[in-house]
Amino acid sequence: MLRYLAKRLSYYAVLLIAAVFLAYAISATALQPRTYFDAKVPRPAAESVERQLTALNLNDHTPVVERFGHWAGGLLHGDLGRTIHDTPVTDDFGRRVWVSLRLLLIGSLLGIVLGVAAGAWSAVRQYRISDRLLTVLSFVLLSTPVFLVALLLKNGAIAAKDAAGHEVVPFTGYETPGLGGGLGAHLADWALHLLLPTISLALGGLATYSRYQRGTMLDVLGSDYLRTAEAKGLTRGRALVKHGLRTAVIPMSTMFAYSFLGIFTGAIFTETIFGWHGMGEWLIQSINEQDVNSVVAVNLFTAVVVLASGFLADTLHAALDPRVRS
Amino acid sequence: MTTVVAESTTPAAAPRATGRGRLVLARLLAARGAAIGAVLVLLLFALAFGGPYLTPWDYATPDFGALHQPPSTEHWFGTNGVGQDVFAQTVRGLQKSLVIGLLVALFSTVLASLVGACAGYFGGWTDRALMFLVDLLLVFPSFLIITIVSPRLKSTGWIAFVLLLALFNWMITARVVRSMTISLREREFVRAAQFMGVRPLRIIGRHVLPNVASFLIIDATIAVGGAVMSETALSYFGFGVKPPDVSLGTLLAAGTSEAPVFPWLFYFAAGLLVLFVLAVNLIGDGLRDALDPTAGGGRRRRGFRLRGASRPRGASLLGGASTPRGASRTRSDSRRKKP
Repeated sequence: MLRYLAKRLSYYAVLLIAAVFLAYAISATALQPRTYFDAKVPRPAAESVERQLTALNLNDHTPVVERFGHWAGGLLHGDLGRTIHDTPVTDDFGRRVWVSLRLLLIGSLLGIVLGVAAGAWSAVRQYRISDRLLTVLSFVLLSTPVFLVALLLKNGAIAAKDAAGHEVVPFTGYETPGLGGGLGAHLADWALHLLLPTISLALGGLATYSRYQRGTMLDVLGSDYLRTAEAKGLTRGRALVKHGLRTAVIPMSTMFAYSFLGIFTGAIFTETIFGWHGMGEWLIQSINEQDVNSVVAVNLFTAVVVLASGFLADTLHAALDPRVRS
Repeated sequence: MTTVVAESTTPAAAPRATGRGRLVLARLLAARGAAIGAVLVLLLFALAFGGPYLTPWDYATPDFGALHQPPSTEHWFGTNGVGQDVFAQTVRGLQKSLVIGLLVALFSTVLASLVGACAGYFGGWTDRALMFLVDLLLVFPSFLIITIVSPRLKSTGWIAFVLLLALFNWMITARVVRSMTISLREREFVRAAQFMGVRPLRIIGRHVLPNVASFLIIDATIAVGGAVMSETALSYFGFGVKPPDVSLGTLLAAGTSEAPVFPWLFYFAAGLLVLFVLAVNLIGDGLRDALDPTAGGGRRRRGFRLRGASRPRGASLLGGASTPRGASRTRSDSRRKKP
C-alpha cells in the first residue's frame, strides 16, 4: 500500500509543478501590471514604474522563465512574493485561507455526508414516494448553478429581514464586526454567518453525490454477498451499512477528489455574493488589479488542495479496497 | 462500460438502421421525463428565436415612458431602470445562452472523443502524454484561466469565449472514451481491420467512434446544460458575455441588486435558466435509457441508470458544485428488476 501511495504522490508532485508553472506563465503574460501603474493619477515617471515593476518581480521586460525562477526561489523560503500594493502576499494568504477553508471544508463535508446518506437511503427505498421526491429535488438542484442558489438564499434572507424588521440570518461577511462577548458568542456568530454560504455550497454536492450514491448502492443491493451477510444472521440495517455502504462508497471516493475544484469555483461565487473576504474574492479582486503574484498564490492554493484531496481519495480507496493495495 | 461495448454487435448504430432508430425513438417517447424535457426544450428554442418577433420592443431601445414598470400587457416581463423591455432582453439573452451552450457542447465533445480515442487506441506514450494533459487541466482551475484571459479577448467577442469554455470542458469525457476504446481495441472487428492494413485514424473514425456514439450523444446533451450554467456564472461576474451584448448571465447580474424590490428583473431570467438546464438533463436521462442496448422494448422504464460507470463531473467548470453529466442514472435499476 505504501508503494502505491508513494507512486501516486510522486505523480502528483510532478503535476503540481507543471500546473503551478503553467499558472505562473499564463498570469504573468496575460495580466498587465504595467497598466495598473500607468493608470495612476498623477502618472508616475517611466523610470519609477520600471523600478517598481522590477522590485515586485513583475517587469514584463524580464523573460517569464527568469521571473518564475525568482518567484520559485522565494517559494522555497516560504515567500510568495509581493502584491501590487507592495505588501507581502503571504499576509493576505494567511488571513484569507482560513476564511475560505472554513467554508470549503464544512460545505464539502456536509455535501458528501448528506449526499451519501440521501443516496443510500433513496436506493433502499427505490421507487417509493421518498425516492421519487428526492430524485425530483436533486434534478432541480442539479439544474441550478451555485451562484443562483446563493443569490436566491440571499434574496430570501433580505426578504426575511424586511418582513421581520431586523436581520434574521446574516447574509454579508463572516463575522459581526466589533462583536463583544466571550468565545461562545463568537462561535455562535461564526456559525450563523456560515449558515447560508454553507447551504449554497452543500446543496450542489448533495444533489450530485446522492444521484451517484443511489446508483452504486443499487448495484450493491442485489449482490449475493449482502444476502449471505443477512443469512449469516446480520440484521438488514447492519448488513447494509457494513457490507453494502462500504462497497458502494468506494467508487465515490475518486469523485469526491475530482469535485473539489468545482466546489472551489462555486465558493468563488459564494464568497463574492456573501461578502466573504476569502481566496475566491481575492482572486477576482487581484485579476482586476493585474496583481500577478496574488493570482498565482490562489492558483497554488487550489492546486495543492486539489492534489491533497486526490491523494486523500487514493488513500481512502486503498484503505477500503484491498485490491488496490497489491 | 460493458453495456456500451455490447452495442458493437450492431455496428450499424446509425439512424438508417430503421429497427434501432425506431426502437430508440419509441423508448424515448415512452419515457415521460424525456418527453417533457424535449417539449420544454423545443418551446424554449421557439421562445428564444421567435420571441423577438412577438414584441414590438427591441432589447436595447429604452421606453422612457415606462421605468421600472411591473409586467403588463404593454411590457410582458416589465421594464428595467432605463425603460428597456425585459421580455425582449430575456428572449435575446436566452438565445445567446442557448447558442453558446450548444456550441460549447459540440466542440468539447468532438475534442473529447478525438483525444480519448487516440489515447486509448494508440496506448503507450501517446496515452501517457494525453492523460497527463487531462490530469493537468483537471488540477488546474480552468476558471482562473478563463477569468484571466477573457478580458484580453474583448475584441473577439463571444466566439472566443465559446472556445475557452470548450477547451476546459472535455477532460472527463475524454477519460471515459479512452477506457471504452481500450476495451474496443481488443475486439475482433478492430483486429480484423488492423490486419487488413486499415490506417489507425480510419479505424478510429470508422470502428471505434461509432461504438462510443451513444455515450457521446448522452454526454453532449448533458454538456449543453453544464455549458449554459458555466456561461451564466461567468457572465454574471463579467468574465463572459459582456454588455451591451446580453445573455442570461448578464441579465441576472443586472437584476440582482434590484431583485428584492423589482423581482421581474431577476426571476424571469433565473426561471428560464433553471427550466432549460432541467429540460436538457431530463432529455439526457431519457436518452441514456433509450440508447441502452440491454434495455427492453418500448415499454416505459421507471428506473435510473448510469452509463459508463462512475463519471465524476466535478471538475467541470462552474456548473453546479459539480455538473450532473451522467449523474442521474445507474445501470442497476433495471438489473435489479430482472430475476
